[in-house]
Amino acid sequence: MANTALPAAKADARTTGQRLVNQWLANIHSAPERGQPVAYIFVMGNAVEILRTFDFELVFPEINSLQTGVRKAAPDFLAKAEDYGFSPDVCSYVKADVGLMLSNMEHPSGTHIPKPDIAIASSLCNVYIKWAEIWERHFGVPAFVLDIPGKRFANWQPLPGTPQYGADKRWVEGQLCDLIERCEHITGKKFDPDRLAEVESNVNEMIRLWVEILKLNQQRPAPYNSMLDGLTYIGVLNAWRGTPEGVEYMRLLHDEVAGKVARGEGRVQEERFRLIFSGTPCYVNMRRMVDLFESHGGVFAASDYLTYAAGGLDSSGLFYDPSRPLESLAEVTTLASQLGLSNHFFSHQTLAQQVKEYAADGIVYHGIKSCRTVATSMADNREYVTSRYGLPTLYIESDLIDPRYWSDAQIKNRVDAFFEVLEQRTLKGGR
Amino acid sequence: MAITASEIETSLTGILARCHELSLRQHIGEDEADKVIGYFPVYFPEEIVHAAGLRPHALYGGGNRVEVRYADARIGSFVCSICRSTTELGLNGSLNGLGGFFAQPICDAAKHMAGIWGRNFPQQDPQILALPQNVNSAASVRYVYDEYQRLREILAQKIGHAITDDALRASLRVYNENRRLQRALYALKREDPARLSTVEAYLLIRAGTRFRREEHNELLRNALELLAARHIRPMDKPRVVFLGGFCEQPPLEMIETIEDVCFVVDDDLLIGQRWITEDVPEDGDPVWALAESYIQRSAASPVQFDARKRKEDVLMTMMREARAEAAIISAAKFCEPGLDDQLALSRWLDQEKIPYLVLEFEEKMTSFEQMAMQVETFAESLLFV
Ligand code: SF4
Ligand code: SF4
Repeated sequence: MANTALPAAKADARTTGQRLVNQWLANIHSAPERGQPVAYIFVMGNAVEILRTFDFELVFPEINSLQTGVRKAAPDFLAKAEDYGFSPDVCSYVKADVGLMLSNMEHPSGTHIPKPDIAIASSLCNVYIKWAEIWERHFGVPAFVLDIPGKRFANWQPLPGTPQYGADKRWVEGQLCDLIERCEHITGKKFDPDRLAEVESNVNEMIRLWVEILKLNQQRPAPYNSMLDGLTYIGVLNAWRGTPEGVEYMRLLHDEVAGKVARGEGRVQEERFRLIFSGTPCYVNMRRMVDLFESHGGVFAASDYLTYAAGGLDSSGLFYDPSRPLESLAEVTTLASQLGLSNHFFSHQTLAQQVKEYAADGIVYHGIKSCRTVATSMADNREYVTSRYGLPTLYIESDLIDPRYWSDAQIKNRVDAFFEVLEQRTLKGGR
Repeated sequence: MAITASEIETSLTGILARCHELSLRQHIGEDEADKVIGYFPVYFPEEIVHAAGLRPHALYGGGNRVEVRYADARIGSFVCSICRSTTELGLNGSLNGLGGFFAQPICDAAKHMAGIWGRNFPQQDPQILALPQNVNSAASVRYVYDEYQRLREILAQKIGHAITDDALRASLRVYNENRRLQRALYALKREDPARLSTVEAYLLIRAGTRFRREEHNELLRNALELLAARHIRPMDKPRVVFLGGFCEQPPLEMIETIEDVCFVVDDDLLIGQRWITEDVPEDGDPVWALAESYIQRSAASPVQFDARKRKEDVLMTMMREARAEAAIISAAKFCEPGLDDQLALSRWLDQEKIPYLVLEFEEKMTSFEQMAMQVETFAESLLFV
């Protein structure tokens, strides 16, 4: 279906991305007065495609919380939630969102976040479910829990055609049907499979371009920093997934990145080390974090973050078949979960693979106090990767948006020591 | 000739001492090597393991008896103690004899246990049994059924032959009997808490995780008979319910501390052992019956979403049925689901003007003086209500 919409004369990815983010926030703000229903969803396992067919405006509370960090407003929001009674040991995204609820949903971006008409929590992070229970209590909106079974073990092969794959797909499809019913009830509209097919075609095109963009960073020098620049990319990718605007943005981005590669322009002036980043960034110290590595000529060529925070759709060969839209949505949702989104638990092999594909010199693990989904067994993963594959690795710990857990001197010491190891290896010709 | 009060107490003490010894046992003996299937909380369909002629072995962590030497270097500093100590028991060799390891998607930390096991003990064929977080769909039972059939197949491969429906039905019967006995134990504790303390009930139930259910049934039957005949002195203590023991287990000393001044008339300790709340139908397809029971005849916990069981309602029903006047709402340190519910429930109890006490624990705690003071003050305040 149609996938060009914007009159994109002379537009560049950066300004287009910024404009789209602003427009998305404005749309959220004005949804109630336009009578548009609002859905609260998460970045992993969200069934956006179905919500789009019912014209829901999409609110990503994770992104709202992240933005409190980027906009330096997180401490206030976190303090409100902790004063209310939330433990310091609870995910800081949840607490920032509670802080927002206690601030009448006035977000520091200037957006008034409307209450949800539907709230969907997938099982890909169990905190999502607890978070949705908080919304149930606060907004009185029942949660819809979408259980998407992940990988059962590291070498799990969810092969289409096998009974096991059939069972998981049937389960996901059953729940998607329940979701459609609930959306019909809320919006009073009938489900339109053709509209779903149209959305899926747009997603397909976005994913095709996204996979190429990720691949372009295999070039030396790497044209972008997968942690810093990647954040902007996936913000737009999530908010505009399945729309002509999203397709247009990905196309601009792709051309821009490809242009850099053609011109031999790297993200860092003199690229000395290529690294894989595992985990989620510390958004309150994003610049600092990037500088700590780039000042040594280190660039993050790839990050598993760009898989799970982008819906896992980069996993190879995952495209919708719009000729059978609902079944195909169930298939891709199941596969994306099993190939990409449930990988944190068993990511040692994928990381080692990425090291090869991106000709990387080492892996940086960022353990996040808030996020047990990503970080519980990172240290064990690191131990395995180091001893099994002999790869240089670094483990640092802080938080997503809680600045109290960033210990600058300690992190800097570790990063410096890591680069010393990398330098030594280079001298010995070991890379 | 009638058995005397002191003979009853001696017999009970003997049974409980054996239970205590069993519940502390972490090491898998040589004789059981590879015949034991370990699982991490909360619930596991033990009947399928039992029908395979293997022994299910619930992994409830190392309590306050395990010195953590290796696991700290493998697990984030912000993760609960049961994950840490279980990893330690793996790394220090105590669990070498396991012939299988399963974790369930109860929380994000628990899912990582399958990854840790996979990297360190691949020979145990570790994996996730993906019990669903959505139990409210018309498709839920079928999905659980399919996942149970997968488990059945894995175990059949281990033992080298199929697990028959008849074997499964026989196991359902053994476990139904076990459930009836456990329910009787809890009914007794609710009705007559002076006759059976929570620590005693706890030890009796926990012992079941360390030997065959047939033997456990025998043990529970004996204990129930003795308890019925037990001579008790009337005592006056406030009746409370205790929540927070669904996964990581509070130290026994903590429960004792509470029981010094309160009757704990109901609780969620070891709730996975009591997850199915009624008999599982013994006719029809046994795997279907078990799957259906998971969805339709089951308890509640902070790590299971169920639109039919609002956490506040579950607590209120529990308190009403146990005629409790107050609640102790605890949570394990770093346990996100437990901590979230702790807050929600305490806010609710505030609103309902029901007295409650909030406690945080870690399985590795060894000092209880401060907690004793808190609990005492709480119990006193109840007396003056
Ligand atoms: S635990 Fe991690 S993945 Fe889950 S909501 Fe928090 S930050 Fe997101
Ligand atoms: S104690 Fe809580 S956080 Fe730890 S494994 Fe159990 S449910 Fe998960």
